[in-house]
Amino acid sequence: MSREQLLAATFVELADTIGDDFEVLDFLQNLATRCTEILGATAVGVILADQRGTLQLVASTTHTSQVLELVAIAISEGPCLDAWRSGAPVVNVGSEEAALRWPRFTREARSLGFASAQVVPMRMRSDVLGALNLLYHEPTVLGPDDVAVAQALAGVATIGLLQERTPRQKEILAEQLQTALALRVVVEQAKGVVAERTGLSVEDSFDRLAVLARRQGRPLSDVATDVLAGLVEVLALDEERN
Amino acid sequence: MTPAAEILISLMDEVRSELSLPELLCRDACRRLPISAAGIALMNRDGVIELVVGSDERATELEDLQLTLGEGPCVDSFATGRLVLHADLSAPGSDRWPAYTPAALQKGVRGLFSYPLRIGGIRLGVLDLYRDQPGLLDDADLSLALHYADAAVMLVLYLQTGDHDGTGGEPDALAIGRLEVEFEGHPEVHQATGMVSVQAGVGLTEALLLLRARAFADGRSVAETARGVVDRVIVFY
Repeated sequence: MSREQLLAATFVELADTIGDDFEVLDFLQNLATRCTEILGATAVGVILADQRGTLQLVASTTHTSQVLELVAIAISEGPCLDAWRSGAPVVNVGSEEAALRWPRFTREARSLGFASAQVVPMRMRSDVLGALNLLYHEPTVLGPDDVAVAQALAGVATIGLLQERTPRQKEILAEQLQTALALRVVVEQAKGVVAERTGLSVEDSFDRLAVLARRQGRPLSDVATDVLAGLVEVLALDEERN
Repeated sequence: MTPAAEILISLMDEVRSELSLPELLCRDACRRLPISAAGIALMNRDGVIELVVGSDERATELEDLQLTLGEGPCVDSFATGRLVLHADLSAPGSDRWPAYTPAALQKGVRGLFSYPLRIGGIRLGVLDLYRDQPGLLDDADLSLALHYADAAVMLVLYLQTGDHDGTGGEPDALAIGRLEVEFEGHPEVHQATGMVSVQAGVGLTEALLLLRARAFADGRSVAETARGVVDRVIVFY
């Protein structure tokens, strides 16, 4: 698929959010995955402000605890916080300026092998829901087209979350976002269960869950919930592969 | 400090009273939110209620009512792990609880909001907020109510180990502060909980307790101990 085709397909996917069975967690996970494909990022994290007004990592393409910790730093001091507060993209910040503005974040990012961080807000008009964080191993300068694409992806996802919702639907969205954050923890716990049952690393365990979800055509969080309830035999998958 | 920790620490100043910490939490929620009553139901891992407290006698009765009838927003919230926000019990659609709705209306309740107390797959119970007028909470109050739900989760974690640390369950603001630091932004704590549950052959609730007890015994933070589990340096066989 060309980049234009992928982009077009992604916009259609991101527009499909209305309905009771809409799963925020899977929606944002898909957004993150598409951003790695379309924008060539090494790792992508989607951060949303929860109902408490604090930023939380809701979806991520990388699951090593070091990278997750880096994102946690970016939330308290880093481009992510700046993009969320200002509602403007924080892109193409030079390495010297980055070290001055976010010393802790920049130090940690470099120690993990990341050379660039590019962040666009998830915003519609005055509503800033969160931010899309792109991390690159290679030093990366986003051209105007890339920035526009990143903003369009973040924007259409934001509209998808907010679009034409009545007060009752807004309440449902609040509930869905809240549930997505709780399910994020369910996924972490399920990764631990899979890691222990299979001997895989925690990161590979996430991939295992994602494969299982795709194969069954079910939301990741449902599969994770089943794993915790002991309803899924994860070892069987392992044998299947061998 | 998170708002949830601030709520708990402010309660610590009041423990000289006859009331338990969960009761104080319910009363404090009534003071700061536009609600008439608040209750907490704590369940064991089988979903059986172990403790019910309320901001006053009516709140406790309302909690008991759901348990007696086996239905209501609290029961739904615990079963699904989701928020249940119901603006008006006398409006259409309230017949989803055929026995509970008339009984709660008779006690003067119109709006009710149930917040699941959970850490991912660990279901601890529910915080129920009752309102005598119909209507939803606005954004700011919805957000404050979530802080109270977070505070209730931290309180349960705190009370779970009250006997372990040798202080005889005396309230300890430092312990609350530690809990907050250890659970915020540390996904490895949840990953390790999953691993320990398999290693020790126990449920997630016990697994988290084992992890915390190990951290306490080793004089390390829960996050450090969790990292050791994820790196397969620490095992629980």
